[in-house]
Amino acid sequence: MLARQSQLVAPDRELERFRFRVSLAGFAVFAAFALLAARLFHLQVVQHDYYSTRAEDNRISLVPIVPNRGVIVDRNGIVLARNYSAFTLEITPSRVDDLDATIDGLGKLIEILPKDRKRFRRLLEESKTFESLPIRSRLSEEEVARFAANRYLFPGVEVKARLFRHYPEGSVGAHAIGYISRINRRDLEVIEDNEQTNNYKGTDHIGKSGVEQKYEFQLHGETGYEQVEIDAGGRAVRSLSRSAPVQGNNLTLTLDIRLQEMAEKAFGDRRGALVAIEPATGGILALVSVPTFDPNLFIDGIRSDDWDQLNNSPDKPLLNRALNGAYPPGSTFKPFMALAALETGKRTPGQAIADPGFFNFGGHQFRDDKKGGHGMVDMHKSIVVSCDTYYYLLANDMGIDAIARFMGQLGFGQRTGVDIEGESPGVLPSPEWKKRRFRRPEQQKWFAGETISIGIGQGYNSYTPIQLAQATATIANNGIMYRPHLVKYITDSRTGEKTMIEPEPLRVLPWKRQNVEVIKRAMVGVNIAGTSARAFAGAGYTSAGKTGTAQVFSLKGADYKASRVKKELRDHALFIAYAPAEQPKIAVAVLVENGGFGAQSAAPIARMVFDYYLLGKLPKGAAREDDVEGD
Amino acid sequence: MSQLLQRAWVRLVARVDGPLLLLTLALMATGLATVYSATADSGSRLLAQALNMSVGVAVMWTVAQLPPQKLMRFGVPLYLAGVVLLILVFFFGIKVNGARRWLSLGFTRIQPAEVLKIAVPLMLAWYFHKHEAALKARHYAVACLLLLLPFALIAKQPDLGTAILVGAAGFYVIFFAGLPWRVIFGLLAAGAAAAPFAWTMLHDYQRKRILTLIDPSSDPLGAGYHIIQSTIAIGSGGSFGKGWLEGTQTHLEFIPERHTDFIFAVYAEERGLLGNTVLLLLYLLLIGRGLMIAANASTLFARVLAGSITLSLFTYVFVNVGMVSGILPVVGVPLPYMSYGGTALVTLSVGIGILMSIHTHRMLVRP
Repeated sequence: MLARQSQLVAPDRELERFRFRVSLAGFAVFAAFALLAARLFHLQVVQHDYYSTRAEDNRISLVPIVPNRGVIVDRNGIVLARNYSAFTLEITPSRVDDLDATIDGLGKLIEILPKDRKRFRRLLEESKTFESLPIRSRLSEEEVARFAANRYLFPGVEVKARLFRHYPEGSVGAHAIGYISRINRRDLEVIEDNEQTNNYKGTDHIGKSGVEQKYEFQLHGETGYEQVEIDAGGRAVRSLSRSAPVQGNNLTLTLDIRLQEMAEKAFGDRRGALVAIEPATGGILALVSVPTFDPNLFIDGIRSDDWDQLNNSPDKPLLNRALNGAYPPGSTFKPFMALAALETGKRTPGQAIADPGFFNFGGHQFRDDKKGGHGMVDMHKSIVVSCDTYYYLLANDMGIDAIARFMGQLGFGQRTGVDIEGESPGVLPSPEWKKRRFRRPEQQKWFAGETISIGIGQGYNSYTPIQLAQATATIANNGIMYRPHLVKYITDSRTGEKTMIEPEPLRVLPWKRQNVEVIKRAMVGVNIAGTSARAFAGAGYTSAGKTGTAQVFSLKGADYKASRVKKELRDHALFIAYAPAEQPKIAVAVLVENGGFGAQSAAPIARMVFDYYLLGKLPKGAAREDDVEGD
Repeated sequence: MSQLLQRAWVRLVARVDGPLLLLTLALMATGLATVYSATADSGSRLLAQALNMSVGVAVMWTVAQLPPQKLMRFGVPLYLAGVVLLILVFFFGIKVNGARRWLSLGFTRIQPAEVLKIAVPLMLAWYFHKHEAALKARHYAVACLLLLLPFALIAKQPDLGTAILVGAAGFYVIFFAGLPWRVIFGLLAAGAAAAPFAWTMLHDYQRKRILTLIDPSSDPLGAGYHIIQSTIAIGSGGSFGKGWLEGTQTHLEFIPERHTDFIFAVYAEERGLLGNTVLLLLYLLLIGRGLMIAANASTLFARVLAGSITLSLFTYVFVNVGMVSGILPVVGVPLPYMSYGGTALVTLSVGIGILMSIHTHRMLVRP
C-alpha cells in the first residue's frame, strides 16, 4: 500500500508533501524556541530576585574579624591579663590536597610534635568550612624565616600573627583573675543564651573562671566583619567591605596584686584562703586560695599531664577555697554573737558571768578551753580571752531563731554575690535549715542542745572565708554593708567611660553605734592583750581581730593535742581582723587548713598583710608559726 | 588586473550563501566574545577558538564549492568508514571517564562518532535519492537499519549526546523522505510503551541525570551541581545581564564546563534576557534560512539532506539550551558556534557548507 502510493504520486505532489513537512518542522522549531524563551523569561525575569540572591550567597562570604580582648589590670594599673601577638603556622584544609604529606613536609622545617598533630586533628573535626587552623603556635623568628623561604612548597599553609592571652603574674591571683580557654559545647550554650552567637563567630577562646569568665561579654568586644568574594573553590578573591571590630572593655580590679602576691607567699606551703576587703567599698584587695595554679597552662588547651597533676593533687589547687570552701568559723563567730546579744537586748556590755570552765545543759557538759574557767567574764573580756562558757550561755538565752535572724542579716549562710562564679552558700543553721537539709523526721527536729555550740561557731555553722571577710568588713564599717567585688570599674573601649561596680551599699544594718563600739573595742583588745597579741606586737598601727579554731573532727571530750593528731585532721586555724582600728582600710579573714590554733598560724599572716598594705613593709619570709597558747 | 581581481572575487563568493554566512559570522563573533569571557580567568582560549573558526570557515567554503552530485558520492564511503571506525572503537577504543569514545592513531586520538553526524544523513539521503522513483516500505525499513547500527554503537560507548544528534539527523532524513504519519505515530506510541523498558537500559549516570533534572537539589554537590549553578547564572543575569566579563558565577568559577557545553550560562549571565533573545533569534534565522533552502532544493537528495542538516542544527540548540536552563537532562551537546572546540565547529561548518552548496547549485541541476 505504501509502495503503491509512492509510485502513483507525481513529483509535484511529492514536492508539495515535502514542503508541507518543512513548514511543519518550521512550526515545531518555532514552538520549541518559544518554550526556551519562556523558560529563560521565567528564570531571568520572574525568578530573577531569587537567583540573584543565590548568586550573591555563592560569592560573598562573611569573614569574622576577632576583636582584641580587654585587658585586666589591678588597682594600681599593673597588668594581670594582656594579649600578645605571636606567629602561628596555619593550614587551610580546603586548599590542601594531602594533609598528612603537607604536615610531614612542614615537620622537616619546623618542629611539629605529636600533640600538635593531635590538636590539629581535633580542630579539623570541629572546624567550619574555610577556616585556617593552627598546626603550631608561637613560632620563633627563626622558624618563621625558615618557613618563609620554603613557602612556595606549601600552598594553603601560611604564617599568621594571632593574639594570645597571657597572664604576666602567672599563678598569683589565678583564682580571682581566672583564665580563658577554647570554647566547648557548654560554652556555646552560654553564648547562645546570651544571644552572642553572631558575635562569637571566629572567636575560639572564652573565659572559664574568675573575672575572665564573669565579665566575658565585657572583655570580648564586638566582632568585626569582612565581606570577602570567594570563588567556587572557597578561595578569597578580594575584599568587598570591612567593618572594624571593637576592642573589648578593660577591667580595673580592686585587687592589689602585690598584696595578693605577698599574702600567697605568707601561706608558705600551707593550704588555705584569705580574703582582704576594703570596708568602705567592699572592693576585694586580695583573694587568696592556696595552693594556686598557673592560668597560662590552660590557654591553648591544657596538656593532659598538667591537667592530671592539677586535678589529682590532694591539695586541690583548682578549688577556690575563699569562695567554695565552707568551714566552721570557730571563735571568730564570737564578736558577731556579742553584737547580736547587744542588738537584741539579751546582754548589756557590763553584764558578767562567773565562768566555772564549763556549761551543763541537758546532761551534757560543754567545756571551755581553759580548765577552771576565766573567772568573772563580761562581754569585753569574753571576746578578748575567747571565753566559750559566756557564749554557751548566750546562745542558750538567745535561741537559735534570733541567732539565725541576726547572722543572716550579716550575710552568713548565703552567697555574697561576689563577681566570680562558683561561690558556696555555706550553712547558717536554723530549725528551717534542718528541715530542708534532712529527710527523716527524727533528723529534722532541732534540739536545744544544738544551739549551745552554735554560740562558739561550731556545730552546724559552716561559712566561706569571703562571708567571714564581708561580715568583718561590715563591723569595721559600722553596719554599712557592701557586696564584695573584684572589679572596681569597667573602662569602655570606645568612649573611655568608666562604669563603677557596686558603688552603693548592699544594705545598712540599723545597729546602735555604741553597741558596735563595744565589739570594736573588744576586738582591739584581742590584738593588744588577747589571743593574737603576740602576732601584733610592735605594729605601728592599732588593729582589731579575733582568732578562731575550727574543729575538723570531734575529740569527744578528750584533750586536743595538735602534735598527736595527723596533719589532715588537725583543726583549721582562723583569724578575722581589720586595721587601722580608728579608720579601717582593710578587713581580712584568714583560714589555714589544718593550721591548728588561729593565733598560731592565721594571725601572723594577717599581720603581714596589714604591714604591707598599711606600711608598705614586706615580710622577710613566709609567716612562721608562733608558739602561742590559747585560742 | 582589476578584472582579474573581480573574477577572483566572483569565484570566491559564487558558491557562498550571503544570509547563511552573515548569520554564521554573527554567531561566531558572539561565540568568540563569550569564550573569551569564559576562559579569561584560566588561560584564554580566544586565539585557539579563532583558529578553529578560521578552519571552520575554510571548510565551509570548500564544501560549498562541491556540487550536490559530488557530495552524494561521499555518502557511502564516509558512512562505511564511520561505522568501521565505530566498531574499532567498540573493541579497541580508549576508555576515558568510563566511556569508550576515542580511537588512538598513535600520534593523535579521534572521535569517529563525530563523522557520523554528517555521514548518516549523507548516506540516507543518497539511499532515498537512489530509490526515489519507487520508494517502498522496505526502503524505509532499510534506512532505519542503516541509522540504527551507528546509533546503537554510539549509544553503547556511551555517548548519549552524540547518539541523539546522529539519531535525530538520520530520523529527519527519513521523515523528510516521506515516512508515513501512521508509522511515525505508531513509533511514538511504541516508544512511549517502551519507555519503562528503556529506563532499565540506561546507564546509572544517565538515569541520575534525568532524576536530577526533576529535582536538582536532590544531589546539590553531585550531578545536580551543574544544573543548579547554571540556572543560578542564567536567573541572576536578569533582563540585561551583568555585563561582559562581569558574571560572578562565571568568573568565580561556579559554572562547570563553562567554555564548552555550559557556555550558554556564561552568555546568559552576562547578557541577560535581551542577549538571549538576540541569540535565539540568530539561531531561528539560521534555521529558517536552512528550511528555505531545503524547500527550494531541486533534488530529493538535496531536499532531505538540507532539511536534516537544518533540523540537526535546531536539535543542537534546543538540547543544549534546554539542558543548561534546566528543562532537559544533562547530555554532552555543544552550542553551535558558541561552545569552544574545533571538532564540533568543523562538523557544523561542513553542514552549513552543504546547505550553501545545495542552494548555490540548485539552478544547475534543474532540468
